[in-house]
Amino acid sequence: MKKLQKADYIKMYSFMLKIRRFEERAAQLYGMGKIGGFCHLYIGQEAVVVGILMTIDKNDSVVTTYRDHGHMIARGLDPKRIMAELTGREDGYSAGKGGSMHMFSKENNFYGGHGIVGAQVPIGTGIAFTHKYNGEKNICRTYIGDGAMNNGQVFEAFNLAALWKLPVLYIIENNKYGMGTSVDRAAAGLDLYKRGEAFGIPGEKVDGMNVFSVIEAADKAGKYVREGNGPYIIEVQTYRYRGHSMSDPAKYRTKEELDNYKQTDPIEIVKAEILKKKIATNDEIEKINKDTLEEIKNAAEFATNSPFPKDSELYTDVYL
Amino acid sequence: MSTEILMPALSPTMTEGNLSKWLIKKGDTVKAGDLIAEIETDKATMEVEAVDEGVVLDLLFKEGEANIPVNKAIAIIGDPNEKVEVKKEAPIEKVIEEKKIEKNIETKIDNKKANIIDTPSPKIEEDKNLSSEEITMRQALRDTMAEEMRKDNKVFILGEEVAEYQGAYKVTQGLLQEFGKERVLDTPISEHGFTGLAVGAAFKGLRPILEFMTFNFSMQAIDQIINSAAKTLYMSGGQINCPIVFRGPNGAAAQVAAQHSQDFSSWYSQVPGLKVIAPSTPYNAKGLLRSAISDPNPVIFLENEILYGLKGPVNNDINFSIPIGKANIEKEGKDLTIVTYSIMLQKSKEAALRLKEEYNLDTEIIDLQTLRPLDTETILNSVKKTNRLITVEESWPFGSVGSEIANIVQRDAFDYLDSPVIKVNSADVPMPYALSLEKLYLPQIDDIINAAKKVSYIK
Repeated sequence: MKKLQKADYIKMYSFMLKIRRFEERAAQLYGMGKIGGFCHLYIGQEAVVVGILMTIDKNDSVVTTYRDHGHMIARGLDPKRIMAELTGREDGYSAGKGGSMHMFSKENNFYGGHGIVGAQVPIGTGIAFTHKYNGEKNICRTYIGDGAMNNGQVFEAFNLAALWKLPVLYIIENNKYGMGTSVDRAAAGLDLYKRGEAFGIPGEKVDGMNVFSVIEAADKAGKYVREGNGPYIIEVQTYRYRGHSMSDPAKYRTKEELDNYKQTDPIEIVKAEILKKKIATNDEIEKINKDTLEEIKNAAEFATNSPFPKDSELYTDVYL
Repeated sequence: MSTEILMPALSPTMTEGNLSKWLIKKGDTVKAGDLIAEIETDKATMEVEAVDEGVVLDLLFKEGEANIPVNKAIAIIGDPNEKVEVKKEAPIEKVIEEKKIEKNIETKIDNKKANIIDTPSPKIEEDKNLSSEEITMRQALRDTMAEEMRKDNKVFILGEEVAEYQGAYKVTQGLLQEFGKERVLDTPISEHGFTGLAVGAAFKGLRPILEFMTFNFSMQAIDQIINSAAKTLYMSGGQINCPIVFRGPNGAAAQVAAQHSQDFSSWYSQVPGLKVIAPSTPYNAKGLLRSAISDPNPVIFLENEILYGLKGPVNNDINFSIPIGKANIEKEGKDLTIVTYSIMLQKSKEAALRLKEEYNLDTEIIDLQTLRPLDTETILNSVKKTNRLITVEESWPFGSVGSEIANIVQRDAFDYLDSPVIKVNSADVPMPYALSLEKLYLPQIDDIINAAKKVSYIK
């Protein structure tokens, strides 16, 4: 496994915390009516994307689902501009025309943010196809929710990726519920990581509440894919603390279940490790906490003060 | 500094909520992420978290209080040593002023923004580079793809049976041999998957030509065509374009019945972000396909199986192209206008001959070539001259390309019309198998003649 440096621990903690604080602030702005439409929060799942982040190359591509705010933050994108997209303003990553579910940053190889369940899977496979076609050594990380794992195009993409040995790493973020339907009520066979077996795609199940487990699996899988062996599937077992979207009270699960997961909070795990290893003191951690809170507060301020898109923008970007 | 905690809107429709339970009390220290209250919404009871930090200075409502408006302060947190003034009214979210935007509700595309070259469609009869040899539509399409693949190695082709089999309709004949299996890819019968894959490749900078064995099978993939290919440029604020050509035969073949005989021209023409082309001759197939492959946007290129064998001269210049968005006046005339496209051009031409012979009607025929963006100017100019219009197309009648043309003409040339616009379409039923019924289903020359007589008030 990749040897983690002291700075890596701080990086992980900071990114996970930044995602958490961002999402809480987004919830607040939603509550104030500053963010509209659908808004899917990533709280609880931070270790997944941050764990993967620790193993990637800058020129790798990534494509994900509509639960994408945390993915963008982990990609190193500016929380101000992410939040400004959520508030539908001209400084947002999609100039206010995409919203929470449809955000992109081509220069950072971030290909969305897709609102249609499963659609990002063939798309990510096609981006991986391009890496191979161009003779690049990069891979495309394609995130999939557990809900999409019953969608036909996912299997079509698996077949193509294996058939053409494409450099794509599929990461199933299994947060136990596709909207309000638990995985066991939707999927025949709960081992989602085994669903590539028929295509010869290796798969592995990982504890997604623990960032160190994610790193270990992602490191191994990433190497396999990068070496030209074709696709690989990691199923990351995670949990979202909040409902499916802002308007979901999550009545389909018990409070005990939620509290149980909170006992293994991914951010607390990293924090404990940092303190145990004496990488930082409590005071230093407090400083990160304060700075993060401040940064996100500023992002919210920026996002609520950025102007709405100009009326003339209605007709731009339909064609290039 | 103190901060007000406001009654949150926990769903898009919530306007007020009930405070069912406080999870904090005055004097508590709260941190970001701590649960502070349970709020009952119009849908359910939900927990609310703190996003700011500080000491709870005041709770402004008691547990159980109902109908508290969204955005009203419910608690104050802050520094206990600071004096707090409670505002009587919470700040009210500014409603965006409803401005009078002149909405462009008609399908009108800014030519500059749509990357449209504003030159007229070249005329075959004036083309000095016309080949002496006549080639088939199939060959014209094949040659153009090969020419563009030679120019740019980002262009590749994928689809069912396009490589080893040489194309289900032999349109990709020889491409595998010339360009190899990296650039000419046989796919499994997996439209949804390989269409999404091609769209992803286009997002990343390649220029795929995707062949649907027929456009009927594009229904398996239509989500990727519309939700991914057509919309991503807009949704990304102009960052990610999708230079892809979706091509293949569209419309009826011969007795292949309902599931394999359908015209999708108006379906795709309805979608902003797509360009839609329907060639009618080897000459325009060549020029239009070149424009489609060079275009930075997703293009639907609707061929026709019956036309694959149609022969005609072409312009063999490897840079010859026909601009997208320009119709061709196939034949000038003064008595009535026929607007048509694809295979119906041939039938319209035959009908025009008979209209001249039998009724002395001089018909102007406009071949649209591009369906979206539509060349409304050429249509309107023609109607202003002839004062009578019929549209002829193979699609079903409801909401067809002709329907949109009829709308535009009644709006912009109402005073020039001497009779109502008449549309000639296929029958409003699924395509039958029986030869006799198939003929009844499709627009025939007699149908065009009858429509022409009707707009000319000839009994």
